[in-house]
Amino acid sequence: MTQYLFYPGCAMESSARAYAASLASVAKTLDLDLAEVKDWNCCGATEYLGINLIPAYALIGRNLALAAQQAKQQNGAGAHTLVASCSACYLNLAKADHYMAERPVLGDRVNEALAAGGLGYKPGTLKIRHLLDVLINDIGLDKVREKVTRPLHGLRVAPYLGCMVPRPDYDKRWSDYEQPDELDRLLRALGAEVIDFPLKSECCGGHMPQISPNTAFELIRRLLQGADQYKADLIVTVCPMCQMNLDAYQDETNRHFHTHYRLPTVFFTQVMGLAFGADPEALGFGSEIVDARPALGRIQTTPVASGPVGARPRAKAEGLPMPGRRPEERER
Amino acid sequence: MTTQPQGPSQSEEKIGVYVCHCGSNIAGTVDVAEVREWAGQRLAGRGVTVARDYKFMCSSLGQELIEKDIKEQGLSRVVVAACSPHLHEGTFRTACGRAGLNPYLCELVSIREQVSWVHTDKHAATDKAKAVVSGGVERVRHHVPLVPLRVAIHPDTLVVGGGIAGIQAALELADAGKKVYLVERDPSIGGHMAQFDKTFPTLDCAACILTPRMVSAGNHPNITLLTWSEVTEVHGYVGNFTVKIRQRARHVKTELCTGCGICQEKCPKKVIDDVYEAGLGYRKAVYTPFPQAVPKYPVIDVENCTYFRKGTCRACEKLCPTGAIDFAQKDEVLTVQVGNIILATGYDLFDPQRVTQYGYGRLANVFTSLEFERLTNAAGPTNGAIVLRDGKTVPKSVGIIHCVGSRDRNFNNYCSAICCMQSLKFAHLVKERTGATVYNFYIDIRTTAKAYDEFYQRVLEEGTLFVRGRVAEVTDAARLPGEEGKLILQVEDTLAGKQRRIPVDKVVLSAGLQPRADAKATAQVFGLSCSADGWFIEKHPKLDPVATMTEGVFIAGCVSGPKDIPASVAQGSAAAARVLSTIDKGEITLEPVRASINATQCSGCRICNTLCPFGAISFLEADRVSEVNPALCQGCGTCVAACPAGAISGTGFSNDQVLSQIEGLLMLNVAYA
Repeated sequence: MTQYLFYPGCAMESSARAYAASLASVAKTLDLDLAEVKDWNCCGATEYLGINLIPAYALIGRNLALAAQQAKQQNGAGAHTLVASCSACYLNLAKADHYMAERPVLGDRVNEALAAGGLGYKPGTLKIRHLLDVLINDIGLDKVREKVTRPLHGLRVAPYLGCMVPRPDYDKRWSDYEQPDELDRLLRALGAEVIDFPLKSECCGGHMPQISPNTAFELIRRLLQGADQYKADLIVTVCPMCQMNLDAYQDETNRHFHTHYRLPTVFFTQVMGLAFGADPEALGFGSEIVDARPALGRIQTTPVASGPVGARPRAKAEGLPMPGRRPEERER
Repeated sequence: MTTQPQGPSQSEEKIGVYVCHCGSNIAGTVDVAEVREWAGQRLAGRGVTVARDYKFMCSSLGQELIEKDIKEQGLSRVVVAACSPHLHEGTFRTACGRAGLNPYLCELVSIREQVSWVHTDKHAATDKAKAVVSGGVERVRHHVPLVPLRVAIHPDTLVVGGGIAGIQAALELADAGKKVYLVERDPSIGGHMAQFDKTFPTLDCAACILTPRMVSAGNHPNITLLTWSEVTEVHGYVGNFTVKIRQRARHVKTELCTGCGICQEKCPKKVIDDVYEAGLGYRKAVYTPFPQAVPKYPVIDVENCTYFRKGTCRACEKLCPTGAIDFAQKDEVLTVQVGNIILATGYDLFDPQRVTQYGYGRLANVFTSLEFERLTNAAGPTNGAIVLRDGKTVPKSVGIIHCVGSRDRNFNNYCSAICCMQSLKFAHLVKERTGATVYNFYIDIRTTAKAYDEFYQRVLEEGTLFVRGRVAEVTDAARLPGEEGKLILQVEDTLAGKQRRIPVDKVVLSAGLQPRADAKATAQVFGLSCSADGWFIEKHPKLDPVATMTEGVFIAGCVSGPKDIPASVAQGSAAAARVLSTIDKGEITLEPVRASINATQCSGCRICNTLCPFGAISFLEADRVSEVNPALCQGCGTCVAACPAGAISGTGFSNDQVLSQIEGLLMLNVAYA
């Protein structure tokens, strides 16, 4: 079995404990072996790179160096892959790896800093991947389908990827920059009804709630309105920061705009665990601020009628045919 | 160290050197008098007996100078230092020929493109011109008299592609009394033009002007129409091509079919028509793509026909009044002999699903330009009603996005030429038929041909709104009041200098043109080359736009780049004219610049066989050596460079010629310093 190095990031131990708990459960079901990087530190999140470049990269670089060291010791087949569950962590790690190679001066300066702690990192040593990418492309949807014991029939979910996963996509791992469909496919494999969420790769505001709340509220409002427009029961996200902004700031956003959205936001691993038959409490359901449990009541035992699988989508029986999907999408 | 010039003994040749001023083009940067004087004195030992300079060597007077010297002074070689051989090599060779000297004993060296136009330092440029002249003198000493090749021309012509360009070319040739094979892949000729409703800028009905030409092509006694067919192999060379054409089984006996249409009417299998109806309408499994199809005979689409899939049905066979349905028909391969080939295989529409931010394929009311053409067409799926994807709602506002997939670093860099006018046409039609508010989102408006800008003015006056800026996104995610249920175009209005969100009911993407998906394979069959974009390359983009580097193969229409209908038709006629001139001559003269293989040096390794881009080299099994077919060889030199044994030599580019030219170039600082 392939072992992956795993960088959890700070949020997994605090605001995103539900993510950590549900990931542990899902990983067990799917035989996903994640070895946590020992003695990891904060990735600097979104702010630090905007303040001081070299220390910021050194902060990230330390994690890369530790992970590479650990990979060397374990020397497993997949041990050179470093998996991050948080989108900001994933992007920061990928960015540091990319720019240390592209800008040798930066690479040298970072390594100088790391040398003070007896560490060093050669860019390109690790493949940095997001958890969702590993689940889709390594574990595969067939295995996911196999493990589903309680399909999420009737649950309308908005797949929300956030802005940091599909862009800038250094290794060309995602299907598209604007409308990536990986999360859609995963959720569909769980039996959920997936809405065509147009804002799936838009920004949630990041750390704007602390810096410029009005900007953040507007960005959050757009996402809530978008999901509401399609009558989603639940927003499913892959990023602790997105979850936090949509969930924790939803009340404030409602107050700010005099709106009344109530859209629970959970992690994709939570709904995976649910479909795999795990106990909702153990998956962290109930720890969110906008309670997701009422939405779970919509899950039905029988599939909701929809068009035949693989058929060409039609607008309406008497309307004009919709264009065929791209060949590569049709294959999936 | 002094390098003495190598080569034939010094007294053998009498060489004339002529330095051209080209007005001030050369004389402005190069001291031509000094070059002339230097050549006359310092190159005298290399055989130069006369050196002259003249304001315009290419003028009649300039040419007469050369002719006079050849006759009076008995020159045996001529070097002209002027412009690029691309321009005037022929001129000076002909002048030599008139004076009785073999034309191939003349060498044109470029001191304009390679010297005066690319330098500013007059002293250095003059020195370089001397070196170039010296190289020419050394080279010309090794020239040998050559005779042009003559090849007989088969009078028949193959036209590939039955769009408007191909039809035009075929009709021109047929009307001139020449036999033409017109090959078309689809069941009917007509091409993209048959899909349109109106043509810009005159707004006349596309079918009304196209179908008479289709009918003429279909009925013409000199045209053999081969639809539902593809060219699979081309062998031979200019004047004598052998072409294999695969005629797919129609499963309809054309000798019995009357084109009554009962089979199409009764066929129970409905299929989305991705070709003619651009995916917006349906056809049957047995079909002619449109009522005016030429020929009138339908084809059975084997992939969708119930009989071919399940072995049942046979409705068409049972109901055909003449018993023309034949399920047992097989593909046939035809072999024809032709002298020339015209390729008019057209274009594909850019697939706008690649621009994911415009939502085509995801958002129902985003349409492509070709879909929109079908919507506006009275014979189209909505009988010409401009409606939304639901098939009935008339839009109150329409956004038309220009340059989708064109002028875009992510997709195609080039301008697709037709989209501006097409978008203006759409705007006009929407206004006229629905009264809806129309927005055009453009980068630049390019209305360059006759009466095009007048049409733009007319559309402006009709009240169409123009927003200058590339649309960032088409989304259905409402953000502001009034956006619900609409498609919102997010765009930077670069004239107003601000971001705008414009909600509309319907979006039309003016998708660009791109080469056929199989253009590279087609190029290989016909021995042509494609540009990086995939368009076929003309022999000269300005002066020889319908010929190709392969003699006897011509191109017309969008196959060489985006074009509108008038330009495609003009190219069809032009290609036909080129073919006619060769047919009427009966034979064609070919440049004798050819590769030849020295059989005694050839090891039979066959490296050259696969490298030759023109398929001119074959392997003689009996002698275990390779041989060049001089009629096919274009003198490109690839094999000469590749031959590990040095057994191949290019006429006009022999090792002696090239090496002595280099030596001559380098002598300036050594022998003449």
